[in-house]
Parts: sequence; structure tokens; C-alpha cells
Amino acid sequence: MQRYIIIRGFHAIITLFAISLLIFALTRASGDPASVLLPEEATMEDYERLEAYWGLDKPLHVQYAVYVGNILTGNLGESIKWPGKSAGELILQRLPATAKLTVVAFTVSVLLALPLGILSAVKKDSIWDAGGKAFALLGQAVPNFWLAIMMIWVLAVDWNLFPTSGSGEGFVDGTHHLILPAIALGAFGLAAGMRLSRSAMLDVLDSEYVKLARIKGVPERKIIWKHCLRNAALVPITYFGLQFAGLITGSVITETVFAYPGVGLLAIEAIRSRDYQVVQSVVVVFAFIYVFVSLLVDILYAYLDPRIRLT
Amino acid sequence: MALNGFIPQSAPTFVNGRFIRAWGTARRYPLVPLAILIFVLAIPGIFATQITDTWLQDPLEGRLTERLTPPVWQEGGTWEHPLGTDKVGYDVASRIIHGARVSLIVAGLSILSGGLVGTALGLIAGYFGGWWDHVIMRLVDIKLSIQSVLLALVLVSVMGPGFHTVIIVIALVLWVRYARLVRGEVLALKNQDFVAKAKVAGASNFRIMSRHLFPNVVNTLIVLATLEVGQVILLEAGLSFLGVGIPRPTPAWGLMVADGRNLIAAGNGWWISLFPGLAILMTVLSMNLLGDWLRDRLDPKLRNV
Repeated sequence: MQRYIIIRGFHAIITLFAISLLIFALTRASGDPASVLLPEEATMEDYERLEAYWGLDKPLHVQYAVYVGNILTGNLGESIKWPGKSAGELILQRLPATAKLTVVAFTVSVLLALPLGILSAVKKDSIWDAGGKAFALLGQAVPNFWLAIMMIWVLAVDWNLFPTSGSGEGFVDGTHHLILPAIALGAFGLAAGMRLSRSAMLDVLDSEYVKLARIKGVPERKIIWKHCLRNAALVPITYFGLQFAGLITGSVITETVFAYPGVGLLAIEAIRSRDYQVVQSVVVVFAFIYVFVSLLVDILYAYLDPRIRLT
Repeated sequence: MALNGFIPQSAPTFVNGRFIRAWGTARRYPLVPLAILIFVLAIPGIFATQITDTWLQDPLEGRLTERLTPPVWQEGGTWEHPLGTDKVGYDVASRIIHGARVSLIVAGLSILSGGLVGTALGLIAGYFGGWWDHVIMRLVDIKLSIQSVLLALVLVSVMGPGFHTVIIVIALVLWVRYARLVRGEVLALKNQDFVAKAKVAGASNFRIMSRHLFPNVVNTLIVLATLEVGQVILLEAGLSFLGVGIPRPTPAWGLMVADGRNLIAAGNGWWISLFPGLAILMTVLSMNLLGDWLRDRLDPKLRNV
């Protein structure tokens, strides 16, 4: 187990290193940041001063070392759109909102996907199963930003049940603002989650110990609740591991649709006003979070299912 | 299939037997998805200019006096704008038709370039193994830890928004799957006799890869590409929606949905978002069904991809 954690951690560090190198290379390859920032009437002197200020006059490997050092110390650079604020500050300010949205959305998603998938599996080839399949097919084809807008149209505007945008203040209002975005984001991986839990449940139903239980005459209800469900408990974790990337992408889209002030919306606002420092910082932060979370998921998974450690 | 029981004797005698047989054959093909694809994607995509020149307003012409006209069956709608107009007087139907062309071009170019790069890297990784394999597979890992939207954000901040940026982003998202799949296939193929014989006959590495290994993975590649068209259309629409995809005022489905967002929240102009979204939904759904069918036909081992 320790060996597995060390190897897996080592891989994560290499990946992080490569991502930072990639983003650094891309931003430096895109041409001279100083010429983008300076107005046209700037003199050569202004130019050199700015280069010196940003450290652009140093050799590339030194620049990269400074860049990595800055990331590690949490110094992600200054924002242009929001003067006087650093990118790190802005992201930290918005991170709790995104975290809350993602956690609630994932919970909604699991609470829907698991029972629906299990129902599909237990009543295989019934109308439930067919309905589940049709639902999954539709779910994979529907553009989620469009679904979110249609939800605003029907639920928020026509029926006036929810606010159309923003995050609200206080607990009650905040929760009220959170419901629609959470459902929209939760719907993202719902189809995939249903298929996953359906196939996991089918595997368990087909196993030797379930057959034995049936031969012994254990009632079907008891087989499903006691023998199967416990063994399908790994599904949410697998699901989370698979869905986490989707949740990040989804949070950017959902926050944009609902004007929900999280990190995703920050990135979109920043790119609209060409505040590239903030955009790239958001990407770095998301990439780091992703690598870290998948490391955790892998370790947790190896802990729960010892077969994985061996391979 | 339940249909098999339906086709032979149980058919009512008053229906022509030949018709029943033809229907039975036809049912084995995904007719509904094909029809939708032809009418929503292919015909509009290919003949967009001709269709709109004849019947509809130009997709880039905004008539401010006719802004926010509802669809024809609603009160105040006219046949001039069958699906209504948006807030600057763009014709929704005309833009959906031209949007099909944009989706087709983006999907075609990005799948082609991503597929080429991925296939080449997969062949190299699988055939040479060793360091090549290690480096390419590590690249795959790195790519997988940067999500498509984030990649788009970085590239847009570096290259600026535009057609080429979208295609590069999507190609960068796609190559990974081709590389992994082709590598796996090549690993299984390269120890077979025909490769050893080609080597003995003095074929170069390049020739073995292009003439002996590549033809063996073509079926797989066709299936994968078909399965991906729908996803690419969704991805492009999503990126355009966020403002990091196709730039305005190009008629792209994702952009059109985005245009309607604020109006819908204000309680007006639902048609501006609804119809382009439906176009995406129908296209992607049909493309997925077609891809599934093709996979079952050509390459059932791809089930889990």
C-alpha cells in the first residue's frame, strides 16, 4: 500500500511539473507579454522597465524557476480587470462558492444515478430498464448549457420558483439560489452514472454468492438490499473519479449560465476582458486540484479494493 | 429483436409481401437517425447558402425593425422568419442552417487532425515501445489532467479566439483516444506472423506501420471517429457558448443559445435559445445512434470505449 501511494504520488508530481511547464511554454510562446500590456505610444524605456519588472529580461529557465516558485508560494500575479487584487486573492475568494456548488451537485447526481441505475439492473429488460436506457441516450446528447437555460425558462421565469441568477445572501436565500445550478450541474454526468451503477449492479447480480443466496432460498428483496448493495458501494467512488473532470468543466458552464459567482465564472469574466493572468491562474489552480483529487481517489480506491494495488 | 418475429408469416395477407420484406431489411439500418442527420446536418450543411438565398434572410443580416419576431405559429410571427428573429434581427432559421455548416466543418477538421496525430503517435508508441511508449503515454496522462474547457481558456488567452483555435483545442482533446486505442491494437498485432515476415522481407519500419499495421486498425478508427462526431459538436457548442469557441457573429449553434440566455431570464424570446439547442440535441443523438450501430456492425470490441 505504501509503495502504491509513493509511486502514485510520484506520478502526480511529474504531471504537475509537466502541466506547469506546458502552460509556461504556451504563455511565453504567444509573443511578448510586455507589448500586449503597453499602450502603443510607450517608449523603449517603458518597455525595458516593464520587462525588468516582470523578469522578462532573464533567461527562460530562470523565468520558469521564478514562475514555479511563484505558484508554490501562492503568488499568481496581478489582475488587470480588478486592479489592486491578485489572481490568487480573487480565486480564493470565489473558491468556496464553487466548492459548495460542486459538492451539492455531485450529491444530487449520486442520489439520482444510483437508485435509477439499480432499478434498471434489478428490473432488467422491463419498461424501467428501457426508460432508463432512453434517458441515458438523451442525457448523452443534450447540451447541458441549453438544458440549464431551459430550466431557467420553465422553472425560474414561467413558474417563478427560483431566482434566475446570482448566489444570494444568508443561508435560506443562498440555498434557494443554489438549487437550480446544482440540479443543472448534477445532470451533467447523470447518464454516465446511471449506466455505471446499472452495469456494476448487473455484475453483482450475476456473481456466485448471489446465485448461492438464491439457491438457499433467501428472499429476493434481502438479496438486493443485503448482498448486492454493499458490494456496489464502490460505485460512487468510481463515479466520482470519472466525473470529477466533468464537474470542473460543468462548473464553468453552470456558473456562466446562472451568473453564479464561482471560480468558473471568474475565468470567463477574465477572458472576456482579456485578463489573461487571472485566466491562466484559474487553469493552474484547477489542474492542481484535479491532480490532487484524482490522487486521493486512487488511494482511497486502492484502500477499499486491495486488488488494485497489485497491478 | 422483437422485430424478427414480426417480419415473416404473421404479416397480414393484404399487405404486399415484397414491401414487408423491404421494410424488414430497412429496419435493420438506423433509418430515423440517418433521416434526421440528412435533414438537420447534411443538407443544411452542404446547401446552406442556396437554401437561405432562396427562402430566408442572410444569416449575417440584422434587421433591427424586425427584431424579436416570434416563430410563425405564434401571434405576430410571419413566414418570412419561420423560427423568429433574435434581438438584433438575425433570422434564427437561417442561422441554424448555416450553423450546421459550421458544426460540420469544425467536426470534420478537428477529428481529421486529432485522428491523424493520435493515430501516428499510437502507431509509434505501440510499434517501437520502450522510451517512445513511455513518453507518449505520459503525454496522454498529462493531457487527461487538463480538461477541455481549461485547455480552451489557455489557448484562447494565448492565441486569441477564432476558428483555428477551436479546431486546435478539439484536436488536442481528441488525439488521446486515438493514440491509446491504436497503441493497444498495435501491441496485439505486432507479434503476429505477418509483421515478422514483412521484417524478414526487408520492409522498413515506416512501411510496416503504414502498409501492414495501419490497415488493420482502419475499422476501429472509422467507428471511433463516428462515435466522436456527436461529442465534438457538443464540445464546440459548449466552447462557443462560453465565448471561447467560434467568434461572433459567425452563426454557430452554441453562440445562438448563448444569445438567448439573457432574454429568457428576462421572460422574452424563448425561441432564440430553444431551436438551436434542439438542433444540437437531434444531431448529437442521431450521430450517437449511428455510431453505436456502426460499432456493433464493424467493431463490437469497442463496446466499452
